[in-house]
Parts: sequence; structure tokens; C-alpha cells
Amino acid sequence: MADFETPELDDYTRTPGLAPGAMAHSQPFIAAPDHQQALGFPGELVDDWHDKAIAKFGELLGKYRSLRVYMDICVGCGACTDKCHYFLGTGDPKNMPVARQDLMRKVYRRHFTLAGKWFPHLVGAEDLTEAVLDDWYTYFHQCSQCRRCSVFCPYGIDTAEISMAAREIMDSIGKGQKYCNEIIGKVIKTGNNLGIPQPALAATLADLEEDIEEETGVAVKLPLDQPGAEVLVVTPSADFFAEPHVDGLIGYAKVFHQAGTSWTLSTHASEAANFAMFIGSYEQMRQVAERIRQAAEDLGVKRIIVGECGHAWRVAYSFWNTLVGPFDFLDPDYPAPQHICEFTHDLISRGALTLDKSANDHMTLTYHDSCNVARASRMGPEPGGQFHYPREIIKAVCNNFVDMAAETIHDGTYCCGGGGGLLTDDLLELRVKGAKPRMEAFKAVADEQGVTHMAAICAICKSQFAKVMPAYGYGMDKIVSLHQLVSNAIVLEGQNGEDDDPEDDAPAVEDSSDE
Amino acid sequence: MLTAVFAILLYLATLVLVGGLGLRIWQYASTPAPLKIPTTPAPTTTPGVVLRLAREVVLFESLFRSNKWTWLFGWMFHAALLLALLRHLRYGIEPVWTWVVWVQPFGKYAAFAMIAGLAGLWLRRIAVDRVRYISRPADHLLLLLLILITLSGLGMGYVAPTDIVGLKAFVLGLIYFDWQPLPADPLLLLHLALVAALMAVFPFSKLLHAPGVFFSPTRNQADDPRERRHVTAAFEASYRDG
Repeated sequence: MADFETPELDDYTRTPGLAPGAMAHSQPFIAAPDHQQALGFPGELVDDWHDKAIAKFGELLGKYRSLRVYMDICVGCGACTDKCHYFLGTGDPKNMPVARQDLMRKVYRRHFTLAGKWFPHLVGAEDLTEAVLDDWYTYFHQCSQCRRCSVFCPYGIDTAEISMAAREIMDSIGKGQKYCNEIIGKVIKTGNNLGIPQPALAATLADLEEDIEEETGVAVKLPLDQPGAEVLVVTPSADFFAEPHVDGLIGYAKVFHQAGTSWTLSTHASEAANFAMFIGSYEQMRQVAERIRQAAEDLGVKRIIVGECGHAWRVAYSFWNTLVGPFDFLDPDYPAPQHICEFTHDLISRGALTLDKSANDHMTLTYHDSCNVARASRMGPEPGGQFHYPREIIKAVCNNFVDMAAETIHDGTYCCGGGGGLLTDDLLELRVKGAKPRMEAFKAVADEQGVTHMAAICAICKSQFAKVMPAYGYGMDKIVSLHQLVSNAIVLEGQNGEDDDPEDDAPAVEDSSDE
Repeated sequence: MLTAVFAILLYLATLVLVGGLGLRIWQYASTPAPLKIPTTPAPTTTPGVVLRLAREVVLFESLFRSNKWTWLFGWMFHAALLLALLRHLRYGIEPVWTWVVWVQPFGKYAAFAMIAGLAGLWLRRIAVDRVRYISRPADHLLLLLLILITLSGLGMGYVAPTDIVGLKAFVLGLIYFDWQPLPADPLLLLHLALVAALMAVFPFSKLLHAPGVFFSPTRNQADDPRERRHVTAAFEASYRDG
């Protein structure tokens, strides 16, 4: 484990003073040649990397309006400077969104603007030197692409777009990140990020079925590769084995069971996550998404429902239709795709689920809005549904719910600190420090309103919090899946006696960090 | 001679401004936005998007949420600049439209608000360590330029009035290509030269935020990716041919 101190939590999040270079040492492992080449990227840094990078930069400027416009229009007003959780947690000025963008903008100015060619010092233009490239690698891997800065920018400049482009350029010259690129290779090869083969997956699901039956006395199924099912469920692979994710998966199964809706998982698409978004590769993103479309067509399902996963929901909700649509082979009566919360919310609002809220009485819950769900997607027909649906579900299955401070939830939510392809142990210091603002908001409601647990609907958030909450003195079981709460409260027909206390406080069996 | 120099200077500045901005806008408009990336919650319809952009452009909604001081100074400056610009229409229009006449008294005092706004923004740039860190010489120079333009204008309004009738004749002469002598008032010459400089740097500087905000995909896209398949021609060509 890296050598660093966990920050002290304040009563509320204060803006730190500048600490230049505070995180200059934090870099993720570089992708091995195998991982690079599997995605069609050069195995290692190419000899003419400078020219290649500039050429790629030029190509991207012509491909993405976001990049083109955002390189030009920042006025440096400073509105974003105190909005990034990594800046708030580290004080490193290059973690201020505008400063992070400027790492790329200064190269843009030098090579693509008259002002930067003629008066580089005046406008802060700089060539892409080795030191600048190193800064890119360092600080574009300290952005979780959570888009909080974009909310507060008067022009909506989105650092996520810029960090994706930077990573795309770095991949193209052979300087990729191990964690993301290795995972993308795996998902394309085996169907999921973890590389779980079909027999192992089938065995895992069978075990879960046994567990549920043992606990409830009801034969709740978790079907795999079942042709003709009504619904294909695509969920992050962490749901198959990690705590607390797996309790969420059990929750989906119980909901489908009680709703009487036939459903299936798919080996071929046993992963909702799409890490290609993090590296800005639309081609990889399309390939990863294409598996899901294929699985849906092969299985002949009528609907696709996405499990609890933040960035996956962004890709599914915002990008699938573009990348691999149209989904005209699905039932037009339902949105394609749907979120599991939309499905459950609909059942609850129709009174179709039998719920015993008291099953969650041993907890007081708060809810962490995951960045990609909050700022890059929607649930239901109305804007903002992504905030209300999960909360309404929680309130329907729990008696005790408290929201965190207003500026830290909804579209002002703080990233968990592990999103955007940073959920890797080689970035643990960054992850711990980046979680500080969220931990401060959590501490406030824990101290003042007796909150004991935090629910989330994102596999990355759950893994991240299970890992970093202990650093701040909270047990790793304080983070729970939303559908775990549903699972606790749902009363299945023929279920064993009421008083089966759900084992929420049991120690988590597995550390999910090496996901 | 003076008249010719300034006439040509202003023509050139106008050419650079219009041509440069036109080029940039064309560039923004013709670069594809392959994916739907509105910052949500976002409007689901086009009228909703128009309203969202209007709130951003007129009220600086996001900035207000972000930082009240920057919003106050920034909004004050921009609103006052708009009034001042509208007031200046009177020098290029004959007869002067009634509403421009109405704007006149407000426009005259707007210059003070401009100075206050610019000074506030500059103070932030120097005094707030985070903003100082991200500031470059060009940021300071632009503020200086704007302040000098405003001060020279104020000077003519309140300290050393210039030959307004002569100026109007000169401006109308420029517009109708029938040059009239430019009053050789130092403050006026300074004011015009600085304005020409501002026009010339506009398309090459961060002032591009003015047209650029309308092209920002996080703000100008409707949140309707499930309802409507968003596909650009460039995307179709590069990704779906396999």
C-alpha cells in the first residue's frame, strides 16, 4: 500500500490552499504491450510520439465538437476551480478542472492557434514535451470524468470530454493505462470485465439460487442464457461475486420473481460496464456495446434492463442508441434500455411488490448519487428522474432515510473518487483523497442524524467505498446496494417466517478492490 | 491622413472580426457532435434547450450557482457592455431609432458598471490564489484593454467631450464609403484604436466564448437519446461500415 496519510474530515468541505505538485507522483501502471495491441494500439511509446500525438490531436479536433469548442472558449473565470473532488481532497492545483484542461489547451494553442504560434508566452502555449506528456499521463488519470465541473461552468465545458481525448491520444502513441485497457480486452474476449467464463458464471448463479432458497424457502431463479425470456438483464460483473453488489443482484432476482416477469442474464453480455468510454475510444465502446445488442437479438428478448452501474447506465442510456441502435426489435412499449430502478419503481408505484419496510429498520440510510447517473443520464420521463426514482425506492423499502447536504447530492454530487477508470490499487492514494468531500458529507449526516449506511447504484461507487470508507473509520459494510434494501424488504409468496433478520451487518466476504 | 489611417484600421478590424468569427463559427458548426452528452438534468425538447441556453446567456445561470462574486462582477460587466454597445448605435444610424434614444441615459452610466465589473474580475484574478494560478498574461491584457476602452469612453463623456457630430459624420461616412474627416481628439483616437484592437483579437482569443457557448454540446443538446436516435453522418461513415 502506498505511503500516504488519510486526510482529516472536516464538518463540511473547505476549499484547500494550493499545494503544487502534491499529486505529481500519482500515476497508474502503464498498459503492457499485450493489452495495448489487443485493442489495436501500439505496444509501447512510439519513436515519433510527438508528431503522432499532434496529428491525432488534430484528427480529434475535427471529430468532436466538444473538444474543438472547449479548447477555445474557456475564459479562465475560475468558477470550476473549487469543484473537483480531487482538488478538494489533494490541493494540487493541476486538479482544478481548468488547470487540468489547460494541460491540453496549452498544446492546442501552440499547435493549432495563431496566438499560440506567435505569442506562446502571452497565451500560455507550450509544446508537447516529454514533461508535458508526463503531466498528461499523471493528471488525466486524476480525473474521474464525473462532470461536476461541467455543471458549474458558465459554458458547460466538460473536463470528461477533454480527459477522454487526452487518453485517446496517449493510447494512440502507446502510452495507455493498464487497468482500463486490460479490462476492455477481457470484456471483448470473455464477455465480462473479470474474465469469468460461462461455467463459472453458471455455477455462481446456481449457488446464489441455493442461498436465496435456503434463506427464504422460495425458489428464486437467476436464469442464464435463457432464450425467449422477456427481459435481458445486463449488469456489472461485480454483481456476481462482490459485496455488497451481489446482494443487489439477489434483489433484482426477487423483484423479477415477484413481478412474474421472465428474465435472463447472458454469458456473451455478462457485463454492463463499458470501460471504453473512459479511454474515449468510440470504436471500442461500440464493440463492447455491440455484444449486448447481439445477446438481446440472439436470446430474442423484448426488453433490456441495465443493473446498478453508473457509467454503464450513461453508455446504455445516452450512447447505445447511437452506437448500436436502433433497438427496433425490442418491445416499443418500453424505453430501450431501461434501468433496473425504473423497473422496480414502476412495480412499487403500481403496488405490485409486497414490502416490509421494517426489515431495514436496523439501518438509517442516505443515498449517494453516482456521477454518471446524476449528470449524464435520466430515469423516467422527466428530467431529474434519476434523482427521484432511487430515493423513492429507498423510501418505499426503508423507514429511515436522510439526504446529505443539498450541494453534495443530485447534480452537485461528489464523485466517489474511483470512477473514470481509476478504480485500481495503483491509484489508492488518489482514491482515498478524492473520496474526502463525499466522506465529509456522509460524516455530517452520520454525526448529526444518525445515518448508518449509504446506498448506491453503481458498481464502481460500491467497490470504491468498500475500499476507502475504512480509511475514514467507517466499516466497509456501510455501503449497500439499493436493491439490497429492496431484497431485504420484499416479502415473497411462501417465504419463511417474517423474522428472518437480513444479514446486512455480516462482514463482507470478499474485497472487491481487485476488480 | 488621420482619417484614412483610422478608416482603413477600422475596416481591417471589421474584416478580421467578421471573417475570423465566421470561420470559427463555421468550424464549430461543421465539427460533428457524435454522441449525446448534455449535462443532466437537461431539457428533453428543443424549446427547452433554447430556454436553457437563454438562461445561460442572459442570466449566467451556471455561474450564479458556481460563484456569486464572479457572477456579480461578470454579469454586471456584460449587461453594462450590452447597454453601452446599444447606446453606441446612435453613431451609426440616422435618424436614431427611438429605443436607442431611450437606452442613451442608461448606456452612459453603464460605463461605470463596466469599470466596477472589470475591476472586480481583475481583483479576483490577482487576489484569489486559484484564479491567479490559472491566469496568463493574455488574461490581464484583455482586462486592461477593456478597462482602457471604457475609461477613454468615459473620459469623452464626462471629462473632455469630443466632437460627437464630427464623429457621427465619420462613422456614417465609413458605412456608406463616403469618408468624412475624423475629429483629431486624442481620447477619441485612443478609444477607436483600442476598439479596433479588441475587434482584431476577438476571433483569436478566449473572447470566442461569445459564439462558442451556443455550440457547447453539454448545454445545447436535448436529453432524448432513448426517444430519438442521434446519428451524425460522420459517425455513420466511420463506425457502421463494418
